[in-house]
Amino acid sequence: MSALESSIVLPPGFEPATDGREGEAYYLNMGPQHPSTHGVLRLVVRLDGETVLGVVPHPGYVHRGIEKMGENMSVLQYLHHTDRLDYLSSLGNSLSICLIVERALGLGVPERADYIRVILCELQRIASHMLWWGVFGMDLGAITTFFYGFRDHELITQLFEEVCGARLTLNYFRPGGVAQDVPADFLAKVQVILEQTRRSLDEYDRLLTKNVIIQERTHGIGVLPAATARSYGCSGAVLRASGVDYDVRKHDSYSIYDRFAFDVPLGRNGDCFDRYEVRMREMAQSVRILEQAVAQFPAAGPWRSKELPQYKLPAGSWFRWVEAARGAFGTFIVSDGSLKPVRIKNRSPGFSNLSVLDEIARGAKLADLVTILSSLDIVVPDIDR
Amino acid sequence: MIASLHSLTAAELAARYPATHPVGDWVRAHLAPAGAFTVNALIALALTTVFVSLTALFLVWMERKVCARFQLRLGPNRVGPFGLLQTLADGLKLFLKESFMPREADFFVYHLAPLIPITSSFMVFCVLPFDHNIQIADPQGGLVYLAAFLGMGVFGVLLAGWASNNKYSLLGALRSGAQMIAYEISYVLCLLLIVLASGSASTRDIVLAQQGTVLDWWLFKLPGCGALGFIIFIISSTAELHRAPFDIAEAESELTGGFHTEYSGMGFSMFFLSEYANLFVASGLGATLFLGGFLAPQFGFGPLDRALELVPGCVWFMLKVYGLVYLYMWLRWTFPRLRVDQLMSLEWKFLLPVALGNLAVAAVLVALGWLLP
Repeated sequence: MSALESSIVLPPGFEPATDGREGEAYYLNMGPQHPSTHGVLRLVVRLDGETVLGVVPHPGYVHRGIEKMGENMSVLQYLHHTDRLDYLSSLGNSLSICLIVERALGLGVPERADYIRVILCELQRIASHMLWWGVFGMDLGAITTFFYGFRDHELITQLFEEVCGARLTLNYFRPGGVAQDVPADFLAKVQVILEQTRRSLDEYDRLLTKNVIIQERTHGIGVLPAATARSYGCSGAVLRASGVDYDVRKHDSYSIYDRFAFDVPLGRNGDCFDRYEVRMREMAQSVRILEQAVAQFPAAGPWRSKELPQYKLPAGSWFRWVEAARGAFGTFIVSDGSLKPVRIKNRSPGFSNLSVLDEIARGAKLADLVTILSSLDIVVPDIDR
Repeated sequence: MIASLHSLTAAELAARYPATHPVGDWVRAHLAPAGAFTVNALIALALTTVFVSLTALFLVWMERKVCARFQLRLGPNRVGPFGLLQTLADGLKLFLKESFMPREADFFVYHLAPLIPITSSFMVFCVLPFDHNIQIADPQGGLVYLAAFLGMGVFGVLLAGWASNNKYSLLGALRSGAQMIAYEISYVLCLLLIVLASGSASTRDIVLAQQGTVLDWWLFKLPGCGALGFIIFIISSTAELHRAPFDIAEAESELTGGFHTEYSGMGFSMFFLSEYANLFVASGLGATLFLGGFLAPQFGFGPLDRALELVPGCVWFMLKVYGLVYLYMWLRWTFPRLRVDQLMSLEWKFLLPVALGNLAVAAVLVALGWLLP
């Protein structure tokens, strides 16, 4: 190492170069205010010309200490805070806590509530993937897709508003069921959304998937081998695109997912295109689940089992994960039998998926870094918590 | 040379399409030659300034309206009728903004850079034939002049990126420099194709060489070569204009603003203005070279042809230009962006060989006299 090299203060997270590129590399700060870091993520990129030599993500700009807050309130009070983690799959987040409380206290869930939960969770998965699709197109320079994604996302958001009064932070699931019954025309509205979604998926394919520039820019970019994906704890579409067959809904089933027939789409190469395609096929599978759920939906019945005055978890530790839109979202609660938990930890899929970025972005071009980051589909509040 | 290519002789052409405008004639009749030249030049300068500014304002509005329609939105609709005055309001806002210069930036170069692209746009406007007698200058080497000034625009981008003292700007400028130099080659090869076919580099002569029916436009003439040349022209001019799918110089998803990241106020609006002025120039050039410029479309059907002839040439020219402008906008709001290395291989490995081969085939066709489809 030359005297000059040793006198340079490197950005945190970087070691002095050993790859023979000393003096050629430079460091570029992307974010926290940057159009394609999806919120307030900061990346420090080591570059040689346009080629990425290393990336260090710096999350934490929207850290709110939500898990710590959970130690000062009852589990029921904590429930709505999880909507602020991954705000695009807020229902999945709260479902994991509801499942824990139901198992710990032996609460039954009425069948109607189970179906409402599955229908809304799958709708939210579709909505989240639609939004991701729009943003992915925009990150690759096709700004128009953003508006198409939002158009279809909006239909689902409107249904959420009719069901529970909120559009984003829904706070709708409760231990033992859901907060209130769905409106009378709920199923009809779901049918309309399914119809629209089928049309939209076809349109997405024609607009973006089959576009030659998209094909050129995503094939072979950001290849994530299955072993790496496993060792980093990746989940969701990122894991399945690498060919690892793991879907919490299928392999660690919860709620009533075992009643529905659906496939788990898998990729082969683990590149950006596979991650793209897996998400597109997941939307089609969600439509399939929704069709069955709508057909089996109980016409009447209670939507919540008897409410308890307090939800005190018995002493012990409890864990449950669910398949949220971005991957496996888990909640871990340690309880000493009192009203407030001793410790709450949320396992967010985004954090594990982001941690693989440096590994797969090396050697790619700067524009590919944006593609890879977008294909990981992160939501920053989910990472920072 | 020209007269041999179509039915009218040079004398007939001159009589049918007089080269001088009545206003210029009037000035020349009333003043000494030196004075008349000065007055005419000043009139032309004033007209160009007003026209370029208004066109750029209108094109910004049009782009926003067109992209809004593509994106399920309404676009600007509050300021003035149909939101037409929105860009004027935005321009006023930019004018009143503080002109911010980053610390350590090169003062002289930083302030010089935005002026270069807009200057080159103005210079190029001078040789566009809006009508047979509405053209500021018609030099014999019109296309050479045009290629020279179009190529000047890259200096503004390069200098802006270098002087801003910002890594994003520098990356944008480097990309843009590589891109413009590469695509200029196939761009100029398309110009050469037309020079070869029409036997002249004067823009007016090129238009007049397309006399006849629609099939006499260079787009359709020269079996296959004209159409291929047009496609290459559209691709390489999109790259020259930094428009999607070739907007890597200001790719906002990775480089935020690219070369103009550090520009605000008037510096930014100069870049913006020249971008849209250049859009008009590229479309005008496409219309002139391939679509018969100011000539009315003729279909070989007497009454219809005569009716179309009644519409003034400048109206036809503008219609063709705005048709091409719409094409560029359509491309921009439909396609994703190419990556920088893909952009380079598209030019060097595909467009350049194709354009060269096209030129060679066209040369043989011209030598054999096989011009008609």
